[in-house]
Amino acid sequence: MTVAVTIPDLAVFILGAAIVLTGAIGVIAARNPVHAALSLVLTLFGIAVLFIEQQANFLAAVQIIVYAGAIVVLFLFVIMFLGVDREEDIRVEPIVGQRPLAAVLLALTMAGLVALGALGHWQVGAHHQTGALTGPSTDVNDLGRAVFTTYLFAFEATAALLVIAVVGAVVLARRVKAAELDEASEEVGQ
Amino acid sequence: MSIPGSAYLILAAALFCIGAFGLLIRRNVLVMFMCVELMLNAANLTFVTFGRMLHDVGGQASVFFVLVVAAAEVVVGLGIVVAIFRRRHRAVADELSSLKG
Repeated sequence: MTVAVTIPDLAVFILGAAIVLTGAIGVIAARNPVHAALSLVLTLFGIAVLFIEQQANFLAAVQIIVYAGAIVVLFLFVIMFLGVDREEDIRVEPIVGQRPLAAVLLALTMAGLVALGALGHWQVGAHHQTGALTGPSTDVNDLGRAVFTTYLFAFEATAALLVIAVVGAVVLARRVKAAELDEASEEVGQ
Repeated sequence: MSIPGSAYLILAAALFCIGAFGLLIRRNVLVMFMCVELMLNAANLTFVTFGRMLHDVGGQASVFFVLVVAAAEVVVGLGIVVAIFRRRHRAVADELSSLKG
């Protein structure tokens, strides 16, 4: 099967892939959590580039706004708030043989995934069950229609989930008074 | 059709494996969270790629929901990190061993 790949498409893909992988390695190799968070922004940006390359323009914008704009800022806020931005010595292994074992395990996972893609007949589903992606309308139209018709229940459930998460975060981050803490430990003691 | 979908799938698999590797080897709870975000993004890339390959908008709708769930997860997770830090003044996973017999 020959697929005509234009030079700009190939260049964008290679650039996007390089950005994504550089950022990902930066996240796991950075000693300072702030550097890891900034590498995460790089990866998220690369993913957005690859979304645009696949005509998912709306999702690319959401990716930048929600992930790079909100989630990473939240990460940085917590890092600064807790003052854990000192560097961690990652040269020592807390468990002997942990890293080689993890590397072997993940290499096997990677090989399994690629083999599954190469050997399995996974592209068997009927095309566009929930709505065609290509057509005269843009991806925002199609996505909006799908979210508010086919996936309406999931949409409402995520709304409830967000409210629960906000309430949970407030409860977790609340300062527990010393008196309440004593009462709680007494109850545990009895 | 431009770049074949399999190239994106291999890239997503690599990103997922890097994220999982980081989750296994790092001890800082915040960095472990970032590795979970990497894995979620790999899954998102897979969803969009399959959506394009099957000409189905469901892939992009799924990514939309993954984004919301990831945001909720980060909010609750960081709340837990703050709560742990208040008690122990460090955010290292190895020290959370209170339940050890």
